[in-house]
Amino acid sequence: MGFLGPNGAGKSTTMNMLSGNLAPSQGQITIAGYDLLDEPRLAKATLGYLAENPPLYRELTVYEYLQFCARINQIPRTKIASAMQMAMDRCGLHSVTHRLIGNLSKGYQQRVGIAQAIIHLPAVVILDEPTVGLDPIQIREIRSLIRELGQDHAVILSTHILPEVQATCDQVQIINQGKLVFRDSIQGLEHRLQHNSLYVAFHQPPALDALQDLAGVESCESLGNGQFRVHYKEATSPAEQLVARSVAQNWRLYELRPEQASLEDVFMDLTHNEVVESET
Amino acid sequence: MNIFTLASRELRSLFLSPLAWSILAVVQFLYAYLFMGRLEGFLQIQARLSLMEKAPDVTELVIIPVFANIATILLLVIPLLTMRLISEERRSRSLSLLLSAPLSMSEIILGKYLGLLGFILCLLLLLLLTPLSLLGSGSLDFGLLFSAWLALLLLAAAFAAAGLFMSSLTQYPTLAAITSFGLLLLLWLFNMAANNVGDDGSTSVLAYLSLLTHYENLIRGVINSADILYYLLFITGFLVLSIRRLDGERLQA
Repeated sequence: MGFLGPNGAGKSTTMNMLSGNLAPSQGQITIAGYDLLDEPRLAKATLGYLAENPPLYRELTVYEYLQFCARINQIPRTKIASAMQMAMDRCGLHSVTHRLIGNLSKGYQQRVGIAQAIIHLPAVVILDEPTVGLDPIQIREIRSLIRELGQDHAVILSTHILPEVQATCDQVQIINQGKLVFRDSIQGLEHRLQHNSLYVAFHQPPALDALQDLAGVESCESLGNGQFRVHYKEATSPAEQLVARSVAQNWRLYELRPEQASLEDVFMDLTHNEVVESET
Repeated sequence: MNIFTLASRELRSLFLSPLAWSILAVVQFLYAYLFMGRLEGFLQIQARLSLMEKAPDVTELVIIPVFANIATILLLVIPLLTMRLISEERRSRSLSLLLSAPLSMSEIILGKYLGLLGFILCLLLLLLLTPLSLLGSGSLDFGLLFSAWLALLLLAAAFAAAGLFMSSLTQYPTLAAITSFGLLLLLWLFNMAANNVGDDGSTSVLAYLSLLTHYENLIRGVINSADILYYLLFITGFLVLSIRRLDGERLQA
């Protein structure tokens, strides 16, 4: 599940509460059937948490650190070795087993953090912005790792990066200023993101009216330099027509793409809707 | 079980930092210097002592005064050891690892405390070696030596508990060090104030609260359950405060 929100929306606070680092001032949290305040041990045993900054002991080696994590998560002594093996397999840590955590790159430290969160095979894994500060290759690796985890754990991923959620999650919740404003499947979100507009660019731009005349087009605006934005009515995309017309009249089309709303637009949209709803 | 896992992690991390080793070295060096000075003095008056009946022996004249001096050094050194216990974890955000693991607050605090106690034990056992080196050339009063060593251990353990509490209050290790040093020094100096105030009720209360009073009894070889209880209460008190503090942090903030 993806947990989205702009900066300062309360994502990390929510994650902190879920993981028992903060106590809620109201309401209660139930993890895998255990109340977090009444049965903290049982609840926390079913939970793996990676905070925004991975909680690492820099002076330990990866091996020592994971061993420590395995122990404090009460894995029986006989199963510690296999649990560590599993976590290291999963997160690709075999090449750095005996290096000091403080000397590892940020990407590897992040992986050690994830390994720590899944070592006791918790039912719920909570990851708070796991790809912050990583390079694109590392981000891709971590995302595929998260998708893999999602197959046998319930993963809650908190982030402010929309594509990340699109790449890894099935369910999405969006919060803003501490309130839940959206809750749907990823398809629902993607549907919401369709903006009903096309961005087109020509080497020999036609007159604005010529675009306006296409079937389904609601309005057109020129962005200068032969670039246009074409707004159309829902489910009547003029893209096909536009290409045909361009070829026939030699407008020399070189770019055409459907425009997607950014996360900010969705937020604007959602918060705006909320205001409208509360007024009516 | 969990407590010992935490304690061994703490101890290992301590020994992986240069701080612990330098503290061991510095304390040992100062100790050796003090010891040598005292021993030199003792050797000069040894001839006259042998003429006396019931003369004080080497334990009383060398080891005990040196142990008394070591207490002051511990007062300076222990805050440096305790300062990082919790504040450092808070700073590097690794505290959330412990908080989201199935551990209770008491386990976290006790684990950390025991880990530090393990280090203090190493430090004090090393101090015990030097007096034993005198065995080659004479006998020692083992009862007195044990009592004095126990006094040092209890004192150091009490310092550590207070330091741990101070460390749980802040995220700056230096702040933890300076406040615990101030607190310990104040408790130490209560005794001095008591001496000045004159002999009424308030004096004895202050004197009773002082860490030094109880230490002086023990180091003279008087093992009194009241003194030992004082230290145990002191330690328990500060540990409970630390646990409460860590627990309370989740609720506010």
